[in-house]
Amino acid sequence: MSATKKEIISQLQKELLLLQGFKPTLNAAVHAGLEPVEAAFPNAVFPTGAVHEFLSEAAEQAAATGGFIAGLLAPLMQQGRVCIWISAARTLFPPALAAFGVTPDQIIFVDLQRERDVLWAMEEALKCEGLAAVVGEMRDISFTASRRLQLAVEQSRVTGFILRHQPRDLNANACVARWRVTPLHSEPGDNMPGIGFPRWRITLLKVRNGKPGEWPLEWAQGRFNVITENIALQPPADVRKIG
Amino acid sequence: MPKRFVAIWFRHLITDWLIIRKPELLHQPFILAAPDHGRMMITAASAAAQAQGIFVGMVLADARAIVPALQVFNDKPGLAEQLLKALCKWCIRYTPVAATDLPDGLILDASGCAHLWGGEQPYLQEIITRLKAFGYHVRVAIADTIGTAWAVARYGRVTCIIKSGEQATALLPLPPAALRLEPDLLERLQKLGLYQVCSFINMPRSALRRRFGQALLGRMDQALGREEEVIDPLLPIPPYQERLPCLEPILTATGIEIALQRLLETLCSRLQQKGKGLRTAVLKAYRVDGKIEQVEIGTNRASHNTRHLFKLFENKIPTIEPALGIELFILEAPHVEDVSPQQETLWTGGCGLESITLAQLTDRLAGKTGAHSIRRYLPVQHYWPERSITPTASMLEKPATPWRTDHPRPMQLLREPEPVEVSAPIPDYPPMLFTYKGKLHYIKKADGPERIEREWWLEEGPHRDYYAVEDQDGRRYWLFRSGHYDVNKPHCWYIHGFFA
Repeated sequence: MSATKKEIISQLQKELLLLQGFKPTLNAAVHAGLEPVEAAFPNAVFPTGAVHEFLSEAAEQAAATGGFIAGLLAPLMQQGRVCIWISAARTLFPPALAAFGVTPDQIIFVDLQRERDVLWAMEEALKCEGLAAVVGEMRDISFTASRRLQLAVEQSRVTGFILRHQPRDLNANACVARWRVTPLHSEPGDNMPGIGFPRWRITLLKVRNGKPGEWPLEWAQGRFNVITENIALQPPADVRKIG
Repeated sequence: MPKRFVAIWFRHLITDWLIIRKPELLHQPFILAAPDHGRMMITAASAAAQAQGIFVGMVLADARAIVPALQVFNDKPGLAEQLLKALCKWCIRYTPVAATDLPDGLILDASGCAHLWGGEQPYLQEIITRLKAFGYHVRVAIADTIGTAWAVARYGRVTCIIKSGEQATALLPLPPAALRLEPDLLERLQKLGLYQVCSFINMPRSALRRRFGQALLGRMDQALGREEEVIDPLLPIPPYQERLPCLEPILTATGIEIALQRLLETLCSRLQQKGKGLRTAVLKAYRVDGKIEQVEIGTNRASHNTRHLFKLFENKIPTIEPALGIELFILEAPHVEDVSPQQETLWTGGCGLESITLAQLTDRLAGKTGAHSIRRYLPVQHYWPERSITPTASMLEKPATPWRTDHPRPMQLLREPEPVEVSAPIPDYPPMLFTYKGKLHYIKKADGPERIEREWWLEEGPHRDYYAVEDQDGRRYWLFRSGHYDVNKPHCWYIHGFFA
């Protein structure tokens, strides 16, 4: 009896998700090593065809966010698909993306004068079917504007990333998830000198129909790795490791 | 592709025509004459008559004195023009753009036509033999410019095919008359002993202009290809232009949209039939008060898609001010290109750089914000970070060199390196701490140095020693020291970027 109830409940949950705009993705991009993070999302799948929001305060955080997004973009941009990066004040250095498996010349940069145009351009780009992803850098986004973006991606199934650098107010909006990426100490391993692979603390502040959480993550050899050893307990190294 | 022009010269246009009509006149001296100032002037003389010393411009009575058996025919005014027009029409088999060149020639625009006959030699041979079969004596020449083809057809002695770009060498031995100059100008050149083009073509332009006027320079430039010369083709090429007059003046945006839609539909169907697409389009709205409002769009790729073009115009419709009303719309496509028909995608796999949907998106973005705001980056073979990438507006340009991943590059690069306060233990060693924007960072881990020399052939200045460093909070920076360590210059450390 209880088993059938569970089935009914899970069935109903799936129907609810459909109503809320979570369409099952047919060709979901495979993010190697990101499974623990993906488990926080409904159906345990990283939602493509949705709009994600990334917060950053300092330039160092923005750089870390850029790295994480580049890692997310790499599987989306397979088979020569194009990504559009819209910004009003861009500091991204395209050659750095190559280290994260993204071909930088597949990204079309749209550098605009005003932030108002960024929103318009992002909506236009998100309506364009077949794009791998659209990244838009804007400081603030209203609920209505985010709703418009959400409606656009529901049609076209394009993934959107909003990078909010130094946001003024963290109001509720229609984005599927709100992320924060902060840099962590890298660990070269085996007491090697120098800087190791980039490490970040990925914080999911808000997930629609999912569980927020926090994961330490490393990008190494073309894939994500969730770090299992306890970072918090690790004391900051006293010795300078210079390579 | 360079332009190629064929000049055809009919050596005895009118007499040849008369011989075709009256074959018994062949080898007989005859002339055509027309009344002029109360006497009969000779306007054309047959080859046999010319051999006996009769020339065009002689008075008929003088000619009769030389050759008593001369046959005289009346010359109708405009006969040469009629004949040339008929011949020009016949020549359309060789090129769609053919024009008459009074008094005795034709000009054909043969760009991209000769290969259909197997090359320029067979092409010219075909023209000569066909016209000869009719009974016309012709000389032809082909060159990059009308002027050179004209000159070589009439005065050339060596070859009738002037290779692309060799106009100057072909013109050098020819007499000045080959430049299509006025008789009085020719006389002046003759008087000064300038019997060949080579004797004056290299003179300073200012001197030539002072002595002979702009006409000589203009003709020289036309012959050499420095100045474009247009011909007036017999069958004019219809421009891509559509008009829509309105019964009632149009005042509303909806009205303008309907007009635009109609114009676009007719224009696009015309373009589609010809296999062309437009790159730029101008919509002109003629207002009742006599002013003209106009909006312009451009596309990245030639297009004849009505919906796409309408969308591009749609953003600009609000800028049209109808005022008292618009009574006439004209849609022009000044820049038209060939469209390669693209195969419809069999599966909706995604949109690459070549796809049409992407081109349409960039058109829309460029229409609102300007084309300069959209760019891609390609790697260049420079180590200097600011020069290691180059922006390109083209969507199809492929990188010439692969993207390098062997050296770490920061995710965020500052536009200008910003100076930082550091304290370094020993020269050529990464700093122990640095202050950036009033914040102290203790460096825990560091990589480097990576020395990058400023490329001396581009600019001068000190080299940079780059260090990738990580501070106590795990934040990663790209620092560099400009130039060598110097005790006298303490402030030469800069921050240039942030690593992921």
